[in-house]
Amino acid sequence: MTIIDYGMGNLFSIERALRHLGHLSEITNSVKSLTSAECLILPGVGAFGDGIRRLNESGMSEAIRAHVAAGKPLLGICLGMQLLMDESMEFGRHTGLGLIPGKVSRFPFPPDQINPKIPNIGWCEIRQVAGRSWEGTLLDGLNEGDSMYFVHSYCVRVENPADVLATTEYGGFTYCSVIERGPICGCQFHPEKSGERGLAILNKFCTMKAVAKSRE
Amino acid sequence: MVTGKKIRVIPRLDIKGPNVVKGIQMEGLRVLGRPELFAPAYYADGADEILYIDTVASLYGRNNLSEIVSRAAENIFVPLTVGGGIRSVDDVRALLRAGADKVAINTEAVKRPELIREAAERFGSQCIVVSIQAKRVSESKYECYVDNGREKTGLDVMAWAEKAVKMGAGELLVTSVDREGTGKGYDNELIRLLARAFPVPVIASGGAGSAQDVIRVIEEGHADAVSVASIFHYGLLQLTREAEYKEEGNVDFLRQHETLSLLMPKHFEFTSISNLKNRLARAGISCRDKNLIVSAA
Repeated sequence: MTIIDYGMGNLFSIERALRHLGHLSEITNSVKSLTSAECLILPGVGAFGDGIRRLNESGMSEAIRAHVAAGKPLLGICLGMQLLMDESMEFGRHTGLGLIPGKVSRFPFPPDQINPKIPNIGWCEIRQVAGRSWEGTLLDGLNEGDSMYFVHSYCVRVENPADVLATTEYGGFTYCSVIERGPICGCQFHPEKSGERGLAILNKFCTMKAVAKSRE
Repeated sequence: MVTGKKIRVIPRLDIKGPNVVKGIQMEGLRVLGRPELFAPAYYADGADEILYIDTVASLYGRNNLSEIVSRAAENIFVPLTVGGGIRSVDDVRALLRAGADKVAINTEAVKRPELIREAAERFGSQCIVVSIQAKRVSESKYECYVDNGREKTGLDVMAWAEKAVKMGAGELLVTSVDREGTGKGYDNELIRLLARAFPVPVIASGGAGSAQDVIRVIEEGHADAVSVASIFHYGLLQLTREAEYKEEGNVDFLRQHETLSLLMPKHFEFTSISNLKNRLARAGISCRDKNLIVSAA
């Protein structure tokens, strides 16, 4: 497991969760380490604009695209998931990594409204999308209605419904909370902070690594 | 209630030195045991988050929580919020690095509100909790206290909360100094005033003596999350004590004459997190399902 350090948020909790699950991981900001990685995790907390700028300036954006092009697994978490998209409207228009067709926009609640509160901080349920089973996916073994820990003000709007693995409802608004498209995965919540069910997702992602390896 | 959202149940560990302590109205602290006894048990029982507050840090100008938090973070995979004695962006960084997900700032934020902005700009509002210790002055009027409820500030709670939110507070942890440790119920009016006025989550703290008190602060106070201490701590200690004696036979005598119950005022109803969540669910309050939390480990 290689955890991408681009100066956005707390990476140690993911490292600790992986260690607890028995998986070794490396936190790195070197393009060279990304290039040789089997399996990448793109975490992140903070603003989209800052995040994509840091990835682009460091050359890590290119390394991430090459990684995915080679069929190797990538997991974006929280802001890391949002960065996978084409573009975001957070504090102006920003171009993302363009790995998943779609956009990132704020919860569509009026800005002066007190409820529902933004950011959405807390536990919400993940739900299946009609016609897509979780068997064999990142969410293998999880149950419809399992709760995960979210902290976000922006959501992804995915263009291709087939890329959506799970949705979540907050304040009457339903949005995509888990993406899976080939080797590219993303979750809006923090699996490393979502108790044993969240750990199960990280563990599943680590086994996807093994699958990718055996195909080589 | 906002659909899709679950009320967070947050056990609060007040720490003094290496121990979990509990007092009444933030005074007369009693040592209950090591945090390692409490935190993992609460995680396993369905805590949605765990709150660590160093009760005397701001008094002595220190923060000893880094080590406790870094040990907890190895085995606990829900958010950890840590407060007490935080004075600078460097203090915040050190705690986040040790394993905290959020920090709670009170005394220093009152002295120097810019700290909220500095920390929020550097680490994001989502990890900056502003802790407000409120004492009732008159009808709908509250004053902020600092140094764990010891010092008045002259600041009006609503005016201060507004400033804190503007500066970048991501959540408000609101403790009633009057109710803290009394088990007489939360100050529902205080919580309602804040929860209705500000667009950030409000964590209600101080006063839970029963499950009914928790239900009330959610229904009447519109709390987004509840911090609970005594009823969980003594509940857990009692369970631990009973488990130790169980193999020896009948524990009814212990239940009736348990020294712990003698130490606690009669009106407290001890409970566990999972029991409390069951009570909340029966009252129609949505929370994370206990059955889905920990696989049979």
